[in-house]
Amino acid sequence: MNLYDQQKRNLENTRLFIAGFVVLLALMGLGADGLLYAGGFSPGIPIATLGALGVGGLSAWWSLHGGDRAVLESTHAVPLDPSDPKQRILDNVVEEIAIAGGVPKPAVYVVPDSDPNAFATGTGPDKASIAVTRGLLDALDRDELQGVIGHEMSHVRNYDVRLMTVVAALAGAILLLADWSRRGLWWGGGRRRDVRDGGGLGVAFVVLWIVSIILAPIIAQIVSMAVSRQREYLADASGAELTRNPLALASALEKIAAAVAPTKSIKQGVAHLCIEDPRGGSPTDQGGFWANLFSTHPPIGRRIAILKEMAYQR
Amino acid sequence: MAAIGGCLTLIVVIAFVGAIWAIWRYNNLVSLRNQVANGWKQIDVQLKRRHDLIPNLVAAVKGEMQFEQDTLEKVIQARNSAVAARGVADAADKENVLTQTLSRLFALAENYPNLKSNEQVKTLMEELSSTENRIGFARQFYNDIATRFNTAQQLFPDNLIAQAFKFQPVELYELKDETERAVPRVDLNIRSDQTRS
Repeated sequence: MNLYDQQKRNLENTRLFIAGFVVLLALMGLGADGLLYAGGFSPGIPIATLGALGVGGLSAWWSLHGGDRAVLESTHAVPLDPSDPKQRILDNVVEEIAIAGGVPKPAVYVVPDSDPNAFATGTGPDKASIAVTRGLLDALDRDELQGVIGHEMSHVRNYDVRLMTVVAALAGAILLLADWSRRGLWWGGGRRRDVRDGGGLGVAFVVLWIVSIILAPIIAQIVSMAVSRQREYLADASGAELTRNPLALASALEKIAAAVAPTKSIKQGVAHLCIEDPRGGSPTDQGGFWANLFSTHPPIGRRIAILKEMAYQR
Repeated sequence: MAAIGGCLTLIVVIAFVGAIWAIWRYNNLVSLRNQVANGWKQIDVQLKRRHDLIPNLVAAVKGEMQFEQDTLEKVIQARNSAVAARGVADAADKENVLTQTLSRLFALAENYPNLKSNEQVKTLMEELSSTENRIGFARQFYNDIATRFNTAQQLFPDNLIAQAFKFQPVELYELKDETERAVPRVDLNIRSDQTRS
């Protein structure tokens, strides 16, 4: 599958995931509406459903129109300083890879953190930023830096940044609403007697609602993690296709994994945008099924093995 | 009467769909042709950058490398003939000669510790080495997009549109020299020992 097809599939996937998350949001809202209705409170319009969709829509809209700035600010990223030799090399490498990909050069930032890591954010090739930590600049040589930037540029070029931003925003909205609903259930506990008066329909709604507020966040989480891991494999492969040097990226990943300390300035909320989970991972880690289910990145050992295989086949 | 009317409608519909298809494929070819032109321009921009940087570098290392006058002379000559090159194949040949003389210069510069610690020379070498990479990547991008354009012109049924509107296949930016092929990108970096980890 070539890059053009991948981009197209990614844009289609974005729609699919949005549709799925909208259904989850609507389900949570409908459950609450049914409960209100059964409880004898009926304003005529499904306010909880509209409210849930509104929260999801707002959070997605907000993260697409300023989420990148918020992410950069939360990591204390500063614009690149060209008077520093290492940062000038970074600037040059980003320019080189942008040429290789035939995309405009993204804005470049440096995060003052000694742990090696990097992330990309934005909405696509026309509006993108790439940030790397100071530790990454210190640890990697030029070829390895090229490999990492190739990986991040692929996230930009494949529209992964947009996909992951929307998916993370909607998953966050679902989490938030489920949290509110649980609180509402707690405080509204006294009124549940009225619901029983509503008969079988009321009970059905309560069950549906409780199931949805428990399951929706878990489903949202599992789905967004699965999407994230898939995009990481793809970015490794298409990044190596840009630089035509998979071994450089493999050796960069080995160095990043060897620095076991977590990247402190990168919050867990930004993890899905990073080259490697900021919590850190071991190069020998192959990951188990349950460990994988809730992780944003595939086991780094497996990524390195795939890249080395790629180099061998050439 | 009704049958003739039905036939006529069918012909009109087929002609309409055909025209839409032709416009769509024609626009696709034009868009590819523009991307090819843009890709070529990108190579040109980077080659120009390289041509501008070389005299500065030669001037900066001349004092230290006075026993390498022959090599410096060759670099300048190769640069001047590359500036004067016309057409894709000619430019590719002359730029390849320039790449070879440059990598010789960089290899020789390794023997001069004073150059390695000179900030100005280090900056110029990083800029040149980045330019080498950019040329390589721009060439890679140009060849990919040019191959797509050429393939699109040859595949049936798009080739009918390509022939009707006289689209021409474009030349690829090819490497003639075998050694250059073995090492696609030349790393001209001088690494000081601190940056090695």
